Amino acid sequence: MNPPKAALKLWSADNRIVLAEQDRFLARDIQRLSGTNLNRCYHCRSCGNACPFIRGMDYPPNAIIRLVQYGLRRQALESHTIWICVGCHTCSVQCPMGIDIAAIMATLRRLALEEGAMIAETNILDFHREVLHSIKQYGRAHKLGIMLRYKARVHQWFADLDVGLRMLAKRKMDLKASRVQAIDEITRLFIPHWKR
Amino acid sequence: MSDPSLHLTDLSYFPGCSLESSARESNISLMEAAGILGLNLIELEDWNCCGSSSANILDKEIAFSLAVRNLSLAPAHRPLMAMCPRCLYHLREAHQRLAREPETLRAQERRWGRPISLDLKIIHFLEVLVRLGPARLHQGLVRNLNGLKFVPYYGCTLFRPPSLRQGTYYQGELGNVLTMLGGEPLTRALTHRCCGSFLSAARADVVTPLVNEILASAVAVGAECLVTSCAMCQLNLEIRCTWDPRLPVFHFSEILALALGAEDYEGWFTRHLVDPRPLLAARKLIA
Ligand code: SF4
Ligand code: SF4
Repeated sequence: MNPPKAALKLWSADNRIVLAEQDRFLARDIQRLSGTNLNRCYHCRSCGNACPFIRGMDYPPNAIIRLVQYGLRRQALESHTIWICVGCHTCSVQCPMGIDIAAIMATLRRLALEEGAMIAETNILDFHREVLHSIKQYGRAHKLGIMLRYKARVHQWFADLDVGLRMLAKRKMDLKASRVQAIDEITRLFIPHWKR
Repeated sequence: MSDPSLHLTDLSYFPGCSLESSARESNISLMEAAGILGLNLIELEDWNCCGSSSANILDKEIAFSLAVRNLSLAPAHRPLMAMCPRCLYHLREAHQRLAREPETLRAQERRWGRPISLDLKIIHFLEVLVRLGPARLHQGLVRNLNGLKFVPYYGCTLFRPPSLRQGTYYQGELGNVLTMLGGEPLTRALTHRCCGSFLSAARADVVTPLVNEILASAVAVGAECLVTSCAMCQLNLEIRCTWDPRLPVFHFSEILALALGAEDYEGWFTRHLVDPRPLLAARKLIA
C-alpha cells in the first residue's frame, strides 16, 4: 500500500499523455457500462470539493473522468481513487450536471478486477474479500472473523489493536457467528453455474 | 410509496448484520420503541446479508442475488422495514431492478423457488414513524428530552443515492421526531458527511481526521451528543474519534425508546465506547 503522492497527478511528468497508449473506446465503454453520460462533465470540480476522501486519493474525481475521456485506461484502472471511493454519493449530489460519479468508480473497479490490473489499494481489496468470504460461509458478515482473517492477510496484527480490544470488551464483536439456516442457498451462489 | 392504504401494524423487519451483532443495542431499543408504539416487528425468517458494499464491489451479481433472497423471504402483504440505511438501499435497488427486468425476476423466482412480489413495500423505520404521526408519539412520551442538544446525523446513505431519491423525501425527520419528544436539534453541523464506511477498517488514517471533523463541527454548534440512524456511522464515529472531549453518539432508536419510557437502557449504554450515562444523568433522563 503506497500512500498516494500528490493530488492531481495528471500534471506530473510520468503521466505525460502517450498517444499510442490511448484507448479510443474507453469513454464509450465506461459510459455504456455505468449508464452515466460522462460527456456532460465540464470539469467544474465541485465533485472534488465535495468528496470527503479527496485527501486519500491520487486523482480527484473529475480527473478520473478526464483520464477516461482521454482514453488513459491504465492510469484510471491503477489509480488509488477508485478504491478509496466508498460510493457515498456526496459528489453526485453536488454535480451540476447530475453525473453519477460513484457509478463510474464502480465500473472502473470492476474492469480493474476483471482485467487483472495492478491494484493500488491492496489492503482495501483484501478487506472486501474477507467480508465476502464471511458472507459465503455464514450468509452474514461476522465482524470478528473478518478482522482476524484480514489482519492475517495484511500482516498487521498490532495496527489498531487497541480499537479491536475495546470492541471486544464492549462485546461489539461476537465470538460466534450468527448464521443463515439454509446456508446451502447462499453457498450455491458462489459456485459457477456449470459446476453446480 | 406514499400509499395511504399501507397498514402499519405488522411489519417484516430486516435487522442486518450490524444490528444483529456490533449494534445489538440498537436492535433491542428499536424492538422496545416499536412495541410501545404498537408496532409488531416480525423478524424476516432466516434473512441474510443485504449484499453489503464489499459484495457489491467484488461481484455485483452475487450481491444482487443476496438482496433478492431476502425479498423472496418477505411476505407480500406486509411492508419490509429496515433500520440500516445501506441495507435499505441494497434491498430497494434490487427490487427496482426486478421491476425493470421481468426475465431476471423470473430467473430469481426459479432460483429461490419462491414468488417475489413487485408490490412489496420496502421502507425505513423513520418513514414508519412519520406515517404514524405526531399524535402517537406524544401519547407514548414518558421522559421529555428536556431540551437535550443533539446533532441529527444522517450520514451519507439515507435517502441520498439515486435509487432512494424516488418517492417521498424524509429529509430532516430525524430532527423533527426528536423535537416532538422534547429534544433540541442543531442542524448546522456536518449532518450528512460520510463516516468513512469500510475505509475505517482498511485505511483508518484517512477516516480519523474526517470523523474528528464531524465531531468538532458538533461541538462547535454546542451539541451535547449526536444521534444517528445508521449503525455503521455510530461505530465509526465512536472508534475513529481521537478528539477530546468525546461526545456520546446515540442510535436513534435508543433515544426514541428512552423518551418512550423504556427501562432496560443500562444494557444498551454499557455497550457504548463513549459512555453516554453521565450526560443523561446530568440531564435527569436516567437515574
Ligand atoms: S461536479 Fe460534475 S460536472 Fe463538475 S467536475 Fe465533477 S463530474 Fe464534472
Ligand atoms: S462517491 Fe466516491 S468520489 Fe463521490 S464523494 Fe463519495 S467517496 Fe468521493
